Amino acid sequence: MGKGTIKVVADRCKSCGYCIKFCPKGVLAIGKNVNAKGYEYVEPVNMDDCIACAICGRICPDGAIEVYKN
Amino acid sequence: MELIYSRTKTIQEDKVSGFCPGCMHSTVIKLIGEVIEELDVVDKSVLITGIGCCGLHMDYIAYDTITAPHGRACAVATGMKKASPDSLIFTYQGDGDFASIGLAESVSAANRGGNFTVIFINNGIYGMTGGQMAPTTLLGMKASTAPKGRIAEEHGYPMHMSEILDKLTAPAYIERTSCNNPQNVMKTKKAITKAFKNQLEGKGFSMVEIVTSCPTNWGLDPMKSLEFIEEKMLPEYPLGVIRDTIG
Repeated sequence: MGKGTIKVVADRCKSCGYCIKFCPKGVLAIGKNVNAKGYEYVEPVNMDDCIACAICGRICPDGAIEVYKN
Repeated sequence: MELIYSRTKTIQEDKVSGFCPGCMHSTVIKLIGEVIEELDVVDKSVLITGIGCCGLHMDYIAYDTITAPHGRACAVATGMKKASPDSLIFTYQGDGDFASIGLAESVSAANRGGNFTVIFINNGIYGMTGGQMAPTTLLGMKASTAPKGRIAEEHGYPMHMSEILDKLTAPAYIERTSCNNPQNVMKTKKAITKAFKNQLEGKGFSMVEIVTSCPTNWGLDPMKSLEFIEEKMLPEYPLGVIRDTIG
């Protein structure tokens, strides 16, 4: 289990990809599911590498990401 | 599990903003919300928005707002501060609102050194109305009213509002930041914190100019717009503290 856990609030995500670009560990990726506004929202794909730095949360324009420390 | 980061409560939980993917208006309003929560001044905060995309915030935030007539946010803030000196009054304006339509009000308010804060969003284009040229549009940058790109002989040069206001005597604090990477997001938050603290301590006029993107009207995807900020916007609008009379 990694140091952190990420929860993406699917309906807030607009699939801009900033969190994916700036995550230092490659934890996030754009998923295949679509939210209520029609965006393919971001999903964690590699949670074991998460270090709970919260960069994804801070860069996300829409506050779609919650970061927890395990 | 311990929660270490989540959305600020100053943005309404049941609403998702209508801004385009990658738009940094949402980033900046999120930072403002975090700052006023940390300073514990949510109940006495008043956001005065201009007209344009910046005005859309009134639907999403969970503290007091006023929408000023186009360009007149600084004039409204001046009046608000006189009527309610204990409130935290800040305007939130785009480049069209602050530097074009509202130029007279903005410069006059800064010249009077009114004790309020200006958050000035500079993305070099008019967003809501459809990508027309703004005073801050870069030379050679295409806009719907300058299809061949901005030409100095016809349209003049990009206006550097922070440097222009720095020539005045009264302003206390002016800083230019960006939101194009996590480091700059944190620097922007720090600058907003300082600007709000100045006001709460009665130090006078503060402005934070934030260089942001408009992926839709720049015709770029969010990733490319980050590169455009880095390669084109920041050389024209260098970041840093422009003026700090407080220290």
